Amino acid sequence: MSSTTNPSTHHTSTIGAIGAPSRRNTELALLVFAVLIPVFAYANVGLAINDEVPAGLLSYGLGLGLLAGVGHVVVRKFAPYSDPLLLPLATLLNGLGLVAIWRLDQSELLQDIQQAGTAAPRQLMYTALGIALFVAVMIFLKDHRVLQRYTYISMLGALFLLLLPLVPGLGKNIYGAKIWIQVGSFSIQPGEFAKIVLAIFFAGYLMVKRDALALASRRFMGLYLPRGRDLGPILVVWMVSILILVFETDLGTSLLFFGMFVIMLYVATERTSWIVFGLLMSAVGAVGVASFEPHIQQRVDAWLDPMKEYTLSRAGVGGHSEQAMQALWAFGSGGTLGTGWGQGHSELIRFAANSDFILATFGEELGLAGLMALLLLYALIVERGVRTALAARDPFGKLLAIGLSGAFALQVFVVAGGVMGLIPLTGMTMPFLAYGGSSVIANWALIGILLRISDTARRPAPAAPASPDAEMTQVVRP
Amino acid sequence: MNKPLRRIAIFCGLLVLTLLIRDNWLQYVQADDLKEDEHNRRVAIERYASPRGDIIVDGKAITGHATTDGDFKYKRTYKDGAMWAPVTGYVSQAFGATQIESIDDGILTGNDDRLFFRNTLDMVTGKKREGGNVVTTLNSAAQKAAYDGLKKQGAKGAVVALEPSTGKILSMASYPSYDPTAIAGSNDAAGEAWNKLQKKNNPDDPMLNRALREVYPPGSTFKVLTAAAALEHGKADSADEKTDSPLPWTMPGTSTELKNEGNIPCENATLREALRVSCNTVFGKLGYDVGNDAMLETAKKFGFTEEQFVPVRSSASVFSDGMNDSQVALSSIGQFNTAATPLQMAMVTSAIANNGTLMKPYMVDELQAPNLDTIEKTDPEEMSEPLSADNAQILQSMMETVVEDGTGTNAQIDGVTVGGKTGTAQHGVDNSENPYAWFISYAKGEDGSAPVAVAVVIEDENAVRDDISGGGLAAPIAKNVMEAVIDSKK
Repeated sequence: MSSTTNPSTHHTSTIGAIGAPSRRNTELALLVFAVLIPVFAYANVGLAINDEVPAGLLSYGLGLGLLAGVGHVVVRKFAPYSDPLLLPLATLLNGLGLVAIWRLDQSELLQDIQQAGTAAPRQLMYTALGIALFVAVMIFLKDHRVLQRYTYISMLGALFLLLLPLVPGLGKNIYGAKIWIQVGSFSIQPGEFAKIVLAIFFAGYLMVKRDALALASRRFMGLYLPRGRDLGPILVVWMVSILILVFETDLGTSLLFFGMFVIMLYVATERTSWIVFGLLMSAVGAVGVASFEPHIQQRVDAWLDPMKEYTLSRAGVGGHSEQAMQALWAFGSGGTLGTGWGQGHSELIRFAANSDFILATFGEELGLAGLMALLLLYALIVERGVRTALAARDPFGKLLAIGLSGAFALQVFVVAGGVMGLIPLTGMTMPFLAYGGSSVIANWALIGILLRISDTARRPAPAAPASPDAEMTQVVRP
Repeated sequence: MNKPLRRIAIFCGLLVLTLLIRDNWLQYVQADDLKEDEHNRRVAIERYASPRGDIIVDGKAITGHATTDGDFKYKRTYKDGAMWAPVTGYVSQAFGATQIESIDDGILTGNDDRLFFRNTLDMVTGKKREGGNVVTTLNSAAQKAAYDGLKKQGAKGAVVALEPSTGKILSMASYPSYDPTAIAGSNDAAGEAWNKLQKKNNPDDPMLNRALREVYPPGSTFKVLTAAAALEHGKADSADEKTDSPLPWTMPGTSTELKNEGNIPCENATLREALRVSCNTVFGKLGYDVGNDAMLETAKKFGFTEEQFVPVRSSASVFSDGMNDSQVALSSIGQFNTAATPLQMAMVTSAIANNGTLMKPYMVDELQAPNLDTIEKTDPEEMSEPLSADNAQILQSMMETVVEDGTGTNAQIDGVTVGGKTGTAQHGVDNSENPYAWFISYAKGEDGSAPVAVAVVIEDENAVRDDISGGGLAAPIAKNVMEAVIDSKK
């Protein structure tokens, strides 16, 4: 983007100071599509299932349009130079997710499963909350560097959030993974929020320590080995990830946090050796825990032989689930072009059909073509995030942006890969698509922060000082 | 910091690429396997998504459909289900399909490859997929006569009636039967009904199609086959020539005398007389004279030792090889190892009535597309020629004597020539179990051709252990079936 707007520079990282267009109108035009596409999809579901345009079409369209409109107006006012693609992409994914959730709401088979009949209106409410948080980020976070001040508070906050599900009476075990807490009638996944808070901590911490971590090292077999004491932080994060794995039995969350840290560490220090260490440590951790944790073992078994898992579940053997196989059948039955909205049978997945497994509904009803397009939408979000990191002018912004986009990419990979049987299944949800308040709200905040960083990055530099003297003046601060 | 950022971007790109490749693998390469996996419930949902085509008898559907709750939309219903169950089989949302429902499933659901073009056209025009029909050869009056007859007896049994000139199956009844409508659904009631029908819960085994899948010792009815073998292999020349049959007759290689039922005139009796009174000695010796190999050869020509596909599979009837002389003698009067399905004995009768030519039995006349266009028509097919026309006529005249003036008088029909043979087979250790009462017969029209051949078997605990029971229990049913066929031809 920056290279096209500013042909004189080839480095995408350097943003031309003058004349960068705000691209707000581009964003508005894209938003119109991002609202219209889900509205058509919604009508499509209604026509396929009930042979009529759904009664809620207008209110639903207006609702989504209003939310997107609010988002746009706020961005126009408070972050006029921010990336024009992120908001439409998130709106589109969120809208499509709402349609898929509503479509699954219509299924008789899912009526008896918790909240399945009324999930879509709830999700719309969560979306509104998400947009509200997004707006709050836009308005109150004038500059992302402010977050730097809260580095260590963030660390405490992240640890607090991560440990919440382990508090007796508060934590909730849903199908083996203990990553939820129950507050009143709401289930919250604190991990989704921890993802953002942790990125802030890592960015602040690594910005300060990166020189020490990068320079003080010995060379061994072509790798720069860090000093023993510099290994401290990575070991701590590794330990926490292992603890999550052991106590919350969730491979996905654990992998996500550790992966995010390794990515940020690598970017901060530019040392490949961290990647090697990171991979080694995650492999050791995952294999080590999987060797004694039955829940993880079972997930791995189900991944290796989903058909056997299905048979066991059908035979009524406790602790087994037919979901994995049902998801594979959903994908396969969709084929190249899919059955069309509302005409598949992804409800056969039953539990979590509209959350963890929502991708299977897209796979079946939109087919290979639709699902690839969907995955590319996610790729685009990540790409805009990485570009934001490249464009950011301060190391904290760079680290935070790459941390958030890297975590986003890892999450998409872990969830989609799990549902498609590429890797063992974990209990995380597809950002924006899946039913679940925590996920939607946290990811809107994530988009808000990325937009803030990109706005700072693309904003034209302040006008040149009026007096050349002023520039000459050197101020020495104590 | 930008160099590692770019590398991370590439890494993220690789993650997405991996997902895309996996997606292509799932939804393109493996798609068909997953889609058609038998455990994939979508296969069943699709199967019951539209009303199934019908099975037709005499131009009327004997099947129907009803809507059900849940993701299976339609289920099968049957009219007079118990009567037709041996023909239709069942199709159940929970328990699969059998017989015609299974064999012609593609046509009935509309998924058959031969309907592909039509289905594609329907898809374009937005018409819902429909199933085609299976038109059977059965005769509803004959079927009713057969089933009602068995039901009146209240004993286990079966009836098969054939049209000798074509091999069309006119009637195929089995008793006790079951109503397939009760098990067509997938709800608890269907499951309960299913359990009640299983052999382990129901010693009567109502789901057994006795007409095709049960082999019974044919007893004296097998004597017509022995007579046919003797005529074909030159051991006898006519019906009215005296045979060389001593009485008493000790079976070769043993010191056991072969017994007749009661004191009947069997010494050197003619074939006609021997068949009329059902002499064991005459036919036992005749079979021994013909020999194991020649007997087996003729039995095979009639269809023994092979499974028949009508197109529903029938069990293979048995005539053994490598027996000793006394065993051959016993086998030739339908005892020892000899065992036949009711279908098999109907085929024997049919071949004799059709002047020696055995037509391949079949019950699916035509497969129809949803718009009633013919997709496939079954043509009558000659299966074999177990005996010459002359010999067949000799046998016919013998069998007609049996009905006129012998053990089969109960099958007489006014104004119609009927030929038949009774049989009672004993079985079990020391003949302790219920004997089987048999009757095989055909009716002849005025032009000398036979419109119907029928075999009836009844397992009856009250059957007297003599030849009369075949004539007493089974012959009236055979008579009613033949009358029904003759009446429906008028």
